[in-house]
Amino acid sequence: MSDPVTALGGMTADSFADIAEQPPRGMVLLRGDLSSAPVQRAAAEVAGVTVPAPNRFEGEMPALCWMAPDELLLLCDYDEAAAKVAALAEALQGVHHLALDVSDARAVFRVTGLDAREALAKLTPADMSPAAVPPGTFRRTRMAQVPAAIRALDDTAFEILCFRSVAQYMADLLISAAIPGSEVGYWQT
Amino acid sequence: MTTRLARGGRLLNRGRALEFTFNGKRMTGYQGDTLASALLGAGQRLVGRSFKYHRPRGLVASGAEEPNALVNLGEGGTFEPNQRATTQELYDGLAAESQNHWPSLEFDVGVANNYVSRFLPAGFYYKTFINPRPAWKHLFEPFIRQSAGLGRAPKERDADVYEHFHVHVDCLVIGGGIAGLAAALKAAEAGREVLLIEQTAHWGGRAPVDGAVIDGAEADAWVKNTVETLEGMENVRIRTRCMGVGVYDHGYVLAYERLTDHDPHPDLPRHRLWKIRASEVITATGALERPLSFAGNDVPGVMLASAVRDYVVNWAVSPGDRTVVVTNNDDAYRTAIALKEAGLEVPAVIDARTAPEGPLVERVRALGVRVETGRAVAKVKGRAKVEGVAMTMQAGEGAVLEVIDCDAVAMSGGWSPVVHLWSHCGGKLVWDDAQAFFRPDPEKAPTGADGQPFVRVVGAANGAMTTADVLADAGADAQAAPEAAGPIEPVWIMPQGAGPELRSKMWLDYQNDVKVSDVQLAAREGYESVEHTKRYTTLGMATDQGKLSNINGLAVLSRSLNAEIPQVGTTTFRPPYTPISFGSIAGQARGDMFQPLRRTPMHAWHMANGAHWEPVGHWRRPYCYLQPAETVEEAVQREVKNTREAVGLLDASTLGKIVVKGPDAGRFLDMLYTNMMSTLKPGRCRYGLMCNENGFLMDDGVVARIDEDTFLCHTTTGGAEHVHAHMEEWLQTEWWDWQVYTANVTEHYAQIGVVGPHAREVLDLVGGMDVSKEAMAFMDWQDGELGGLPVRVFRISFSGELSYEIAVKAGYGRALWDMLAEAGREVGMMPYGTEALHILRAEKGFIMIGDETDGTVTPQDLCLDWAISKKKDDYIGKRGQARSHLTDPERWKLVGLETVDGSVLEDGAYAVAEGRNANGQRNVQGRVTSTYRSPTLGRGIAMGLIRRGPERMGEVVEFTRTDGTTTRAKIVQPVFFDPEGEKQNV
Repeated sequence: MSDPVTALGGMTADSFADIAEQPPRGMVLLRGDLSSAPVQRAAAEVAGVTVPAPNRFEGEMPALCWMAPDELLLLCDYDEAAAKVAALAEALQGVHHLALDVSDARAVFRVTGLDAREALAKLTPADMSPAAVPPGTFRRTRMAQVPAAIRALDDTAFEILCFRSVAQYMADLLISAAIPGSEVGYWQT
Repeated sequence: MTTRLARGGRLLNRGRALEFTFNGKRMTGYQGDTLASALLGAGQRLVGRSFKYHRPRGLVASGAEEPNALVNLGEGGTFEPNQRATTQELYDGLAAESQNHWPSLEFDVGVANNYVSRFLPAGFYYKTFINPRPAWKHLFEPFIRQSAGLGRAPKERDADVYEHFHVHVDCLVIGGGIAGLAAALKAAEAGREVLLIEQTAHWGGRAPVDGAVIDGAEADAWVKNTVETLEGMENVRIRTRCMGVGVYDHGYVLAYERLTDHDPHPDLPRHRLWKIRASEVITATGALERPLSFAGNDVPGVMLASAVRDYVVNWAVSPGDRTVVVTNNDDAYRTAIALKEAGLEVPAVIDARTAPEGPLVERVRALGVRVETGRAVAKVKGRAKVEGVAMTMQAGEGAVLEVIDCDAVAMSGGWSPVVHLWSHCGGKLVWDDAQAFFRPDPEKAPTGADGQPFVRVVGAANGAMTTADVLADAGADAQAAPEAAGPIEPVWIMPQGAGPELRSKMWLDYQNDVKVSDVQLAAREGYESVEHTKRYTTLGMATDQGKLSNINGLAVLSRSLNAEIPQVGTTTFRPPYTPISFGSIAGQARGDMFQPLRRTPMHAWHMANGAHWEPVGHWRRPYCYLQPAETVEEAVQREVKNTREAVGLLDASTLGKIVVKGPDAGRFLDMLYTNMMSTLKPGRCRYGLMCNENGFLMDDGVVARIDEDTFLCHTTTGGAEHVHAHMEEWLQTEWWDWQVYTANVTEHYAQIGVVGPHAREVLDLVGGMDVSKEAMAFMDWQDGELGGLPVRVFRISFSGELSYEIAVKAGYGRALWDMLAEAGREVGMMPYGTEALHILRAEKGFIMIGDETDGTVTPQDLCLDWAISKKKDDYIGKRGQARSHLTDPERWKLVGLETVDGSVLEDGAYAVAEGRNANGQRNVQGRVTSTYRSPTLGRGIAMGLIRRGPERMGEVVEFTRTDGTTTRAKIVQPVFFDPEGEKQNV
C-alpha cells in the first residue's frame, strides 16, 4: 500500500514565523457524555493521557483535545487511528458514543517563532495573548474565513488544524500574516 | 506668501531635507513635516478648489479636521484620492496633485459656478433640475457630476498589502495628548493591561504648542517622561500613527494603524486594522477649534488660530508676515503670542467681545499688539489670497470701520470637544452654555451588556479646557497651575446683523460649499430637523463629516428656527472618525485569499488534465476536461457519449458525508427524510429527500446503513454543512433526549465515481473486490480493498449506467484515482465533469437540487410521491405540505419537455399562457428548470415545472426566448432514456 499524502505534501515557508505542514496525523473523533465515568475512562485509557478540561489538550502525542462539551479529538500516529477507534468501540460497548477515524479530514500546520502568536492574532479574533492562550490551550476559532483550531504547544510553537480542502488557503494566510518586517511587537517574548 | 522661518520647528529635523512634488512642481521640505506644513513652507498657499463653486482654497487646519487640502497621492497601483495633506507625513519622493480643477489649480474653468452661485442654492438639485423629468438623467446629472466631485477614482488594482490584528485589553486609551497619557498611566499603575493609541506620529497633543506647564516644567518634558515610564511598564503597549476609528457594541473598537504611509515600502503591510475588545475604553480625543462665520472666511490664508500656531511652533512655517487674529475667546491670543515670539507681525486682534480681560489678553497687549474689542470682520479682502480684512462692529450690520492690510487671518470661534468616539455607541451629549459647546453627558455613557458604562472620556474631549483641568479630569498625579480665562462669547455669525450679501459669503462647510445662507434658506423652507437640514444642504456630508462645520451649522439653524441649540441637537456621529482605506478593511481577503477555495485531493490532476472549472459553493469542480482544440460544448458532449458508451471517471469527493449514529438514529432519520430510513438493511443504500419545516425540498442524497446503529448520509455538495447544522439543530433544540451523534466526515474521504458499461471491468482490472452482479447488487455497499487500498464501494447510479462510487481516505484519493485512470485506459475511460453529470442525470429524469428546486418546490411538485412515506406519522415538512396552497392542483409540476424542432430551450425560459397580467406582462404557466443538448438522443431535452403538467402529456406549450420569439415544446415524461433502467441493472 502506498503512503498517504497530505494536502500540500508537507509545505514549508520561512517568514517571521516558520510554517510547516505536518505529516499525516492520526485523528479520532469521540463524541459522548464527557462527564460520564465510562467515557472518561475509555478516552483516557485508549489515548494514554487524561481527559482535558474545556479549551485544553493533554499530551503532545498522543493527545486528547477538547473540541466541544460532548466531543474530544484524539491525536495519534496515523497508522494507529484504526486501532484506537476499535479500542474505543470495545471499551464503550453498550455506552452511547460515536468514535470515528477522521485522520484525513484535516491539515495540520506548525507555526513556530518568537512572534508566532502575533501572526495568528492577525487571522483569528480569539484572544491570543499569552495569558489567554498559555501552553496546553486548544482553541477552536476561525482563521480569516475558515474554521480552525489552535493548539498551543508552548509560547513559541502552535499547531493549526483546519479542513483539508482549505489547506492551501490556510498556508497562504499564514505566509501573508508573517511577512518579515510586519511583526507587530505586541507580545514580545 | 507663506514661508519657512529660519529658526524653530519642534517637530522638524532640518538636517534631513526631503524632495517632493506638488502638481509636478519640485519642492523641498524636512523630515518631520506633514505634506501641509511642507507646502506652506515651500510657499504653496493654494491647495485645491472647492467642491461646488470651485473657489480657490488653502489650508484651514493642521490636523484630521482639515477640509480643503485633499490631494491625490501616488500613481498607478498606489494612487489614492482625497488624502488630507495635514495628516500625510512627508517622505522623500512624495508626489501629490491637487483635486477638482480643470485645466489647472491656478486657472479653473469651473470657478464660473462661483459667479452663478445664486442659482445653486441649498437643494438646488431638487428645485432647478426637477423638470423636464428626462433632462435629469440625460442633461443635468452628467453636467453636475462632471463639475462636482473631489478626487479621481483609482483605476488600477491596489498594489499594497494590508492586514488585521486582534487584541483584547483591559483598558484602551484613545488619544496620546496629556489627558490620554495621564489616563493610561493611571490605569497602568492600577495593574491593568493598557493599550494607548495616538493618531499622529507624536505624543503630547496640543499641550506643548500651547505652552502648557506641568509639574513646573514645559509640557514636552513631562510628555517625554511619561512616555518613557509607560514604555517601561510590562502591562502597557503604546502605538503612534494609530487612530481610533469607531467604538461598537461589547467594547469592540477599530483602530487604524498607518504603518508605511510615512515611509512607503512595497513589501510590507501599508495599514493594519486593529480589532480590539476592550473592557474599558477611555477616549482622550481632545477638541477641535471652530471657524468663525464671516464673509470670505474661505479665502486662502484664513486659518484656524490653533493651526496657525501649530504651523509656527511645530514646523517653523509662517502663514504670512502679517496675521490678523479674529476671536471670541482668550485662547486665540496664544496665536498672537506665538506669532510675535516668532518675529512676525500681528496688526490687530479683533475680538468680538466688548471687554475681554485675562492674563492672555494682557500679555498680548503688553507685547504691543493692537486689540480691538467689540469688533468683527466684515469681509476678507482678496480672492486667491488674503490681502486684508475690513473691520466692523460685531453688534452691527457690517459697515466698514477700517481696512487692515494683512496676509493671513487666524480665527477662533471657540472649541468643540471631539465626542465622536463617545457618541458612536450611544453616548449622549449635553450643551455647556458657559463654554458654548456640546460635551459628553456623564450620566448617559455608552453601556455594555451588563448595563454599565464602558466608555469614559477625559481631558478636552470631556470639556476640560485648561491644562490643570485636563490633568485633574484624567486623574493625573501631575499638576498644573490654574489659569484664569475670560468667558467665551458665542458668535455664530459675524457681524451678528450681517445681511444676505455677507451671509452668502460665510462658509460653514468648506468641503461641500455650504454657507450660512444655505442653512438659513433650509430653515425658511421648513427644514426643522438637523438631520434633514444636513441632507438638504449637504452640510457635514463630505469626507470630513463636518468636523468644522457641524456645530456652527446647527447654531445657525437654531437661530433661524428661534430654538435653543440643545433643542436642535446634533447630527449622528458615525464611524469612521476619518476615512480609512478599503484595503485595511479587506485585510488579507484579496487576490487568491479573497475567498477560501476548497480543493479535492484530485485537484492537481484535474488542473493538469484540462479542467475547465466551475465554482460549486467554495469548491472548484471540473465542469469538463478540455482536450486540445475542443470547445467546452464539444468536451461536454464527448464526455456524456463516452460515459454512456464506454466508461467515465468522476471526482465526487465534494458530496457531503455525514455519519449518524446511536440507538435513535433510525428514528431520527425517519424524521429528517420524507421516506423511511429505519427499515433500511445494513449493507444497503436508499435515496432520500430532506425537506424544511415548510415542506419545501431542501436536499437529497443516498443514505447507506453501516450497521444497526450507524448510517452514512450523503448530501449535495453545497448542502453538507447546512444539512449537518440542520441535524444538530434538531438534536440540540427539539430532540435533545434522543441518543444520536452526528459527524460531518465529508473531508475525510475522496470519492470517485466509475460510471458506464465498462465500469465493472475497470474495477476488476484494479482488482481486490468482487463487484459482480451477484456479489454486489444495485444499491448495495461493501467495504473491501481495491489496488491494495481500503475502500468502501457503493453501487449507486446518478446516470442510469452501471456505476460504482468508491470512497477512500483522502490521503489515498489521488493514488486510487491514478490507478483507476491507468486501468481504465484499456477500456476507453475518460474523466467527466459536472456538466456531463448534469446531462446524464437529466436524460434519466433525475432531479437536481438547485435546478429543479429553488426553495419553493415540494417533492410532490416534482412527482416524487414514491419517496414520501405514507406509513410514517410524521417527518419534517409533513405539516407544511398539507397546507392548502401546497396541495393546490394548479401547482406547477415536473414534466419533461421536447422541443418540436429539436432545438434546446433557453435556461429559465417561461411557458407563456393566454393574456397579460396587470403589469402588461404575458401570463405564464410554467418554466424550464433544466435544459441541455442530449448527445445520447441528438436533440434538446429539458425538464420544467408546468401548471398541472403531468395531466397534460402530449400538449405543446410555447416557451419564451430572450430574442422575443417563442419556441414550441411538447410535454412528455421526464425520463428520456432507458426508462426501464436496464443499463444500470447489469
